[in-house]
Amino acid sequence: MTTAAPAPATVTGPQSTTAGRLLALGRAEATLLLRNRAALFTAVVLPVVLISTLHGLLKKQSEDNPGLDVHSLLVYGSVGMVLAFVVYYNLTAAYVGRRGELVLKRLRTGEARDLEILLGTAVPSLVLGLFMAALIGIGGSLGLHLAVPVNPVLMLVGLLMLLATMIALAALSSAFTKTVESAGITTLPVMLVMQFGSGLYFPLEVMPSQLADVCRLLPTTPAFQLIRVGWFGTDGSAAATDFLGSWGAAAPHLVTGAVWLGLAVWGAVRYFRWEPRR
Amino acid sequence: METSKPGRPGDSVIEVTDLHRHYGTGATEYHAVRGVDLTVGRGELFALLGTNGAGKTSTLEVIEGLAAPSGGTVRVLGHDPFEERATVRPRIGVMLQEGGFPGELTAAETGRAWAGVTSGARPVAEALELVGLGHRAGVRVKQLSGGERRRLDLAMALLGRPEVLFLDEPSTGLDPEARTAVWRLVRELRAQGTTVLLTTHYLEEAEELADRLAIMHGGRVVTTGTVAEVIAGRPSRITFELPEFTGAALPVLPGAEVTVDGRKVTVQSTGLQDTLTDLLGWARHHGIALGALDARSASLEEAFLAIASEAAHQAPPQTPAAARPARRRLIGSAR
Repeated sequence: MTTAAPAPATVTGPQSTTAGRLLALGRAEATLLLRNRAALFTAVVLPVVLISTLHGLLKKQSEDNPGLDVHSLLVYGSVGMVLAFVVYYNLTAAYVGRRGELVLKRLRTGEARDLEILLGTAVPSLVLGLFMAALIGIGGSLGLHLAVPVNPVLMLVGLLMLLATMIALAALSSAFTKTVESAGITTLPVMLVMQFGSGLYFPLEVMPSQLADVCRLLPTTPAFQLIRVGWFGTDGSAAATDFLGSWGAAAPHLVTGAVWLGLAVWGAVRYFRWEPRR
Repeated sequence: METSKPGRPGDSVIEVTDLHRHYGTGATEYHAVRGVDLTVGRGELFALLGTNGAGKTSTLEVIEGLAAPSGGTVRVLGHDPFEERATVRPRIGVMLQEGGFPGELTAAETGRAWAGVTSGARPVAEALELVGLGHRAGVRVKQLSGGERRRLDLAMALLGRPEVLFLDEPSTGLDPEARTAVWRLVRELRAQGTTVLLTTHYLEEAEELADRLAIMHGGRVVTTGTVAEVIAGRPSRITFELPEFTGAALPVLPGAEVTVDGRKVTVQSTGLQDTLTDLLGWARHHGIALGALDARSASLEEAFLAIASEAAHQAPPQTPAAARPARRRLIGSAR
């Protein structure tokens, strides 16, 4: 407030801050998620149901590939799948829904910056996704007696890269999605790439090597592989290493992951729509 | 034209110079705003009038900082509203033409979320009370009537006690009672020093509220000034029906233009009193009863219609109506 305003300002509320804005938007979005049974089902129940499918798949593969660590891959794959549904799919639908109701346009008339609006909308998806991932990851590790993560820093880097890529991909996917109902179809390509191409359902090491090489270049594979290297010390293509060695195993994934993140952000900035096409 | 403006010279809150706005590119390009100039002084209530598709909302969105201008400059409170968003936004309040609130949140929850993104927000209950929605705080937006949603929108625009208020068709969808209440509220805000820029296609609304107004047509400002200035020079109108057999020719009415359509006669005059006296004197002298006699001074409505049709003849917009951005009519539909 640089100029003296003639309007009476007898009682002034607090200045709005970035944290406050994210919280306010996140809270509203969380309320909406809790009131939307279909979205809540897709976010919470569906991935848990799919874990049993995943278990069956991995078990079958271990028969042809002795030495495959089914337990580790099950926990790792479940965490990835939960994040794919709760963060990527759920958020795409949320962006489409808010855009359709002109909520995004209306928010842009206020003080929240564009990135704050996008991240604020993502808050409940991120919180729920991370909570479920932690529950499955930690609970599964303890219950199945998995080894302690080799390089937690790398896991964290991979996780952050994965979430950032998923948010950007959700924003990008929403640009090609007209209604909330059609989000199930428009998110399919990325969902399939994540589930089948990023080593969640089929570990890359059981694939023919050319196919595995192609899969390693897919958008979300590097971030997933970073988590795997940080957790188990290997992405399955070589023997497990220790904390220091894991950085070497992770290096190529860090590079390809960063390139994909950059591309996804560029695409989101380029194509994201704040209001319905008119 | 600027003499009756209440704001002091040089104290303009909104300055728009040669504003242009295009949509799309190539063959589908539509030139919605074609060189608009506007100045709104501090504490002034300015109305932007125009037919549908005249470019009111397109102009307003650029002034609000929602879009960058395709050409020209815009200053709000001395800043570029698009480039210097962070500086301008805490000092303005915006009400869009429609919607913008999730259907599944209640009015109070909507207010709480908005308060979280607004500096110096009033208490939510106070904002809802201002627009007469206090008793509807716990109701979900999708269950509010169209008029109640408009008022909720207004409440959110007022949440940060803005210095400048932008209202895009604020009373569309309101019943007469709610409209009167909104007008009263807008007048109160203006009395407290808030600068208001509103668009409307209710001429009555502009006549009631506006210090000054501009009439837009085809992306241009066709005329601007106070209501009196815009009406000035516009003819008054007398209409009546002649009986079947008059037996006398119509009198000569100096300075008036007479149009006869069967028995129906329309007289346009710049001197209503003299023309009417002449006409009634003639009717009494010949014992003629004038049916459905109606005499009225120039109104904003007549001025508006005349200006719009004059402008349409002078400069027809090059783009067909079909290329116009279609308006969405559903307000905040639940999804």
